[in-house]
Amino acid sequence: MSEWIYVALFIVVGLVIPIGAIAAGFIFGPKKPNPVKESTYECGIEPVGPAWIQFKAQYYIFALVFLVFDVEAVFLFPWAVKLGHLGLYAVIEGIIFVTILVVGLVYTWRKGMLEWA
Amino acid sequence: MSFWNDPLKVAADWLEGVFTGWGMNADAAHVLVAFLGVFLLIAILMVIDIFLVWVERKVVARFQDRLGPNRVGPFGLIQPFADIIKLIIKEDTTPGNADKVVYNLAPILSMMSVLILWAVVPLAPVMLGTDLNVGALFLIAAGAIGTLSIIMAGWASNNKFALIGGFRQVAVMVSFEIPMLTVLMIPVIFAESMNMNAIIAAQSTWYFLISPLGALIFLVAAIAELGRAPFDLAEGESELVSGFNIEYSGMKFGMFYAGELLHAFTFGGFWAILFFGGYRFLGLEQVSPFLAILILIIKAMLGYWVIMWVKYTMMRIRIDQMLAFNWKFLTPLAFALLLVTALMNALLASAPAWLYTLGMILANIVTGWIAIEIARSATRSEREHIEGGKKPAEAHH
Repeated sequence: MSEWIYVALFIVVGLVIPIGAIAAGFIFGPKKPNPVKESTYECGIEPVGPAWIQFKAQYYIFALVFLVFDVEAVFLFPWAVKLGHLGLYAVIEGIIFVTILVVGLVYTWRKGMLEWA
Repeated sequence: MSFWNDPLKVAADWLEGVFTGWGMNADAAHVLVAFLGVFLLIAILMVIDIFLVWVERKVVARFQDRLGPNRVGPFGLIQPFADIIKLIIKEDTTPGNADKVVYNLAPILSMMSVLILWAVVPLAPVMLGTDLNVGALFLIAAGAIGTLSIIMAGWASNNKFALIGGFRQVAVMVSFEIPMLTVLMIPVIFAESMNMNAIIAAQSTWYFLISPLGALIFLVAAIAELGRAPFDLAEGESELVSGFNIEYSGMKFGMFYAGELLHAFTFGGFWAILFFGGYRFLGLEQVSPFLAILILIIKAMLGYWVIMWVKYTMMRIRIDQMLAFNWKFLTPLAFALLLVTALMNALLASAPAWLYTLGMILANIVTGWIAIEIARSATRSEREHIEGGKKPAEAHH
């Protein structure tokens, strides 16, 4: 566990340095806000409506497929580490495992879900 | 054990002695020394980062047949310091209707995600932040925080350009993490460990030589993760003005900018560690840790230079092209390569080293060639499908 203390220290110092830099900017920079300056940029005209709108995310299906493969990586990393000891049997197991998931990708592809619509 | 062979340990032991001499608890002294070490490493990184600004601008200038900064100091070396002073004394505007907490957190996280990556970078055989046994996974996890910061910045700014930039970053994230994770397993298979130091120690021959295709896929995925051209969709200067960081000014913008440069340099370093032997070069790393650090920095700079070369040569691709390229080409190719590598690794386990290397290279070349042929015939049939109605003569005019 002691190794993770170093990670914690890296996180702490990694947070302190940018906070310090931004604080320096906050201290030394001028602060004269006005409504025009605070409005968001929209090519020089006044912003039309809020930006937090509902937006069609065409890659929603991509995100679902991504989740499947991302979880799969959790299973494959231990497999990769011990592959040298386990030999051909584990390789075939791995091929079967990946093939099942790739069938899912092929199905999505065949269904036309990997097209930009 | 002299200072020349293991400077970190000598210095740490001496400092711990000093602190315990002041009547400090041994554990507290240990943590305090570790804190100082981490602080020193990150301070050095920030100095490197400042010079990376200069390196980047000089290299771009050369690519575009210009001179680059050359007025302030010798070769314009003082220019980045002038830039920092300008960033500090610039007014830090926040959009009135932004989500303030998320807006301010994003640049901090952007920088932090890069700095914590250096926790698992082995600088020399005896010098590394921490010897995590899941170093490869840590690389992915910390990289994801950087992506998250871009999404946060895009959302919190309450600006339409920034929002589109943030959405596009989601698309990049769901695309290029899979090939990266997959090819990351290739060095893990060879080294039988996820520990960065063990991966370097196992590289008697560079993994680039036994898995050139894996190294290339890692580079492409890394460039996408960095959000640099041709995958700089989230920034898109010419269409989204500046994308996710459009509303940021002063030091907050500086954090995004510095974070991006250091991220590119760091991934150059990881490319060197995973595929080019890290700090190892002709046994020179055994001479002194200082030499090992120098070797790693030179290799990281070369990797960074390749990333810059790609950035200033390629044009930005469209988001649908990027998704199609990833899901229809890169992901299947990465999985095919992983399985071929695993299979060859098991089949050639007892073969002599030269046969192993040769078999791996051939497997890589054949896999890459088959993939390119499939892609070529698929694009040809698609093109014929689209242009089918036209006569060839008309298509030319």
